[in-house]
Amino acid sequence: MADAGEPEGPERKDDIVKAKQEGKELTKEEKQRLRKEKKQQKKSKEKKDDKPSRDSEKEKKPASAASPAPQTPTQPPAQKAPSAAPAPVPVPASETPSAADKPAKSKAELKAERRARQEAERASKGKKGDVGPQAAPGKPKAPPSELQPVVKRLPEHVQVDNPEVLKKLAKKLERQQIPLRSDYGYKVSLFSHLHQYSRKAPLTQQLGIPSTVIHPAIVRLGLQYSQGIVAGSNARSVALLHAFKQVIRDYTTPPNEELSRDLVNRLKPYISFLNQCRPLSASMGNAIKYIKKEISNIPSQCKEEEAKRKLLNCIDCYINEKIVLAAKAIAKYSIEKISDGDVILVYGCSSLVNHILCEAFEKNRKFRVIVVDSRPRLEGREALRRLVQKGINCTYVLISAVSYILPEVSKVFLGAHALLANGYVMSRVGTSQIALVAKAFNVPVLVCCETYKFCERVQTDSFVSNELDDPDDLIVTRTGTTQLEHWQEVPSLGLLNLVYDVTPPDFVDLVITDLGMIPCTSVPVVLRVKNVDQ
Amino acid sequence: MELQAVLMAAGGGSRMTDLTYNTPKAMLPVGNKPLMWYPLNLLERMGFEEVIVITTKEVQKMMSTDPKMKLDVKMKLDVVCIQEDGDMGTADALRHIQQKIKTDILVVSCDLITDVALHEVVDLFRAHNATLAMLMSKAHEFTETVPGQKGKKKTAEQRDFVGVDQSGKRLLFMANEADLEDGLSIRKSIMRKHPRMHIKTGLVDAHLYCLKKAVVDFLADNKSISSIRGELVPYLVRKQFSKTTNCPKIKDDAEDQNQKKNDGSTNHELLISSRDEPLLQLAQDRSCWNDHRGDMSEAYHGGKLRCYVHIMDEGPCYRVNTLAAYIEANRLAPKLFEEVPVHPSAVISERCQMGSDSYIGAMCQIADKTSIKRSTIGNSTTVKEKVKVANSIIMHGVTIEEGCNIQGSVICSNAVIGRGADLKYCLVGNGQQIEPEAERTNEVIVGADQLMEI
Repeated sequence: MADAGEPEGPERKDDIVKAKQEGKELTKEEKQRLRKEKKQQKKSKEKKDDKPSRDSEKEKKPASAASPAPQTPTQPPAQKAPSAAPAPVPVPASETPSAADKPAKSKAELKAERRARQEAERASKGKKGDVGPQAAPGKPKAPPSELQPVVKRLPEHVQVDNPEVLKKLAKKLERQQIPLRSDYGYKVSLFSHLHQYSRKAPLTQQLGIPSTVIHPAIVRLGLQYSQGIVAGSNARSVALLHAFKQVIRDYTTPPNEELSRDLVNRLKPYISFLNQCRPLSASMGNAIKYIKKEISNIPSQCKEEEAKRKLLNCIDCYINEKIVLAAKAIAKYSIEKISDGDVILVYGCSSLVNHILCEAFEKNRKFRVIVVDSRPRLEGREALRRLVQKGINCTYVLISAVSYILPEVSKVFLGAHALLANGYVMSRVGTSQIALVAKAFNVPVLVCCETYKFCERVQTDSFVSNELDDPDDLIVTRTGTTQLEHWQEVPSLGLLNLVYDVTPPDFVDLVITDLGMIPCTSVPVVLRVKNVDQ
Repeated sequence: MELQAVLMAAGGGSRMTDLTYNTPKAMLPVGNKPLMWYPLNLLERMGFEEVIVITTKEVQKMMSTDPKMKLDVKMKLDVVCIQEDGDMGTADALRHIQQKIKTDILVVSCDLITDVALHEVVDLFRAHNATLAMLMSKAHEFTETVPGQKGKKKTAEQRDFVGVDQSGKRLLFMANEADLEDGLSIRKSIMRKHPRMHIKTGLVDAHLYCLKKAVVDFLADNKSISSIRGELVPYLVRKQFSKTTNCPKIKDDAEDQNQKKNDGSTNHELLISSRDEPLLQLAQDRSCWNDHRGDMSEAYHGGKLRCYVHIMDEGPCYRVNTLAAYIEANRLAPKLFEEVPVHPSAVISERCQMGSDSYIGAMCQIADKTSIKRSTIGNSTTVKEKVKVANSIIMHGVTIEEGCNIQGSVICSNAVIGRGADLKYCLVGNGQQIEPEAERTNEVIVGADQLMEI
């Protein structure tokens, strides 16, 4: 509630003070109030005359620590609209001197400032009320862009057909000394905004041996990602954290630098490199956010050895809690849902679903499993191997036979790559198909997912954001023949190898997480709870 | 630091003694560059900044005086000298420098001339967390006539049998014909794990190995292994499938314990991969990848020790360890590196006919009416008038008097060929003098002292 206690210079900085307070205190009710205020202001512009008087009132008590909380949010929104809408220029002008005067702002203040700017942006665009803070996926822009009316920032990886974005990416990679991986082959027009790489052209071709810019553990990890040796959401996250542990062990703070800031900067090129090898998954993104937060929270007087030990410990705890124990908890909940005589359908190879079924079998539940598989990855064979090794009765079909086999099935267990904020389930391509057919047959669909895979993105279709795998994987058939070997020479032929798809929440009956069994639509609640915790 | 490069340049060239009795193998001129320059150039192009060079004092001396080495090689060379006559194998040399080795190593032999994309070998090493990754190439037939060979080809060299799995990357079996008495026997356990094995014999081992640091530590304890290629590599390939490496947590029988103790210490070192072994294991368990299918075992059959090989299909890869290889390399190596055919400091008269694929070294003097075709002429060589040189290799400091006719021959350094001599397919040793008007065909002309070696 109290402001940061910084000396206030020009009076236009008031809105920033209020913004800071606002940033720290905005609750749901306040946000709603904010939106209502803005709507009112849009309709009746006479209130602008009152604003200057309120402004002057505000200026009389700039740094009053005792100002009650409920009052201040009402004033700043009212103040925001005039400051933002008719005069966007003073806001950036006020911001830039503040930025210039105070180079050493704390992270929380910067965050609050950014949020204030975002609010101002939204007010000037006159958005509708149900836009939450999750709406803008891109990072907040510099002040001059507030003048432009509409465009939301899209992440780089869905704008591959935009040459400017590509140029920016190339520049950023050049600065970090990471080679740019070039796209391969003709892309189907609907997906031409996504990257498509070839497995035969690894990124290490352009790196020197031995790699000096990038830590060897990260190079190894990138190679394993791009060749598919480490695949699956959980495996990728664990491998990532393992590599980060090695990076932290080998890290030494350069003189005149702080570990909390320098290590984060050191990790950025590694993350870009891994992104170039294979686009990051949602679980990896959450793990990286967690690590960065932990690193930034290291107090500056902490000695390097102790800091490193603490970080390594944090990573171990994270893996233990979010992956290992979560799997145990989910298995415990799921076993309640598995009864004797069940016929369970699984799709592809989800490490979590395999774990659940193995646990259930050990607890002497009598059930049999139908493993559905699809080309070109044929991951179901690995799932089949693991289940049969345990002794579970299994049937194996391809996805084309799913509607023939569903009358026998009593439950469908699906794994997830990520759960999106609007309740959609993002998983291996083919999952939504299975969920659809299961719904048509009235078979319950249960999705098992740990909470660390919950992500704040919103997607309603599989086109906007997806991953394109190597198209050459499609040309080899089961018998080993390659009829399509020269597909690139046929100008009208495009090969599409999608990796993910999204399943709407109407097809999913239950989501089993480590917090319990929740309906699909409760995912935003969990996200909000997580955010408040942090 | 990821990889340390080690260049083995102490070899004696035992299969081409005629060339090497005076010049060490590492400094033999190929395309007017010392042989060592080629692997060093490969390492430099790949991005290495430091190389540990294991060599003899003689070579070290020559290295410091050779202009090519000083100017072209920009990397830092850490030269370690070993005794020339001591019977030091390559593995012994690695043991010698164990203190300098801090990470995984890349061992290269000095007689390798290739332009392979090294990342193919190193990627196998990295991606699969392999203990050994090596390079092999399809053998090329040598087409040039070798001087001194009397008629038919020599008896076929001892063949190498290399067994790879279906993907062609995993090394399952390696043995030399000399070691196989009755026939090739393959253990049933290997066949069960890899039912499809391709056995190849026409491969050339490039002697380029990526080894884990644990292997060097293992060598320090096992002093019985003295050669990398001869003993260490077959040992590692066999150890991939040995029972103790695959099931470290066997039941606690007393006999098993004893056996474990004997083998356990050696295996333990080879198997240490990282301090976070359980995390790596967790990642592998959760990953839905397997390197084989059709049986019930997990990826890599649970084996911790893995050996991989990259087999080059096309592209040059030569090991210059025989005379035939040397001649072939001289023919092709300059083309690889786009050498300037005529060194700027050579003095060539205008009426000299020079073919396009001839290479003239520094400070040569070529007189009138000479014809030089498909040959390499070394530094500071003097060629007088009316000389015809075709298909030959002339090393440094040679003097060729007027009217000579040299075809398909190798003339070593500081030789003098008298007037009017006619040499076809001969090898003239170091510092030899051919009398004028001599006619030699298919002979090896070396000094008397050389003849005493057997």
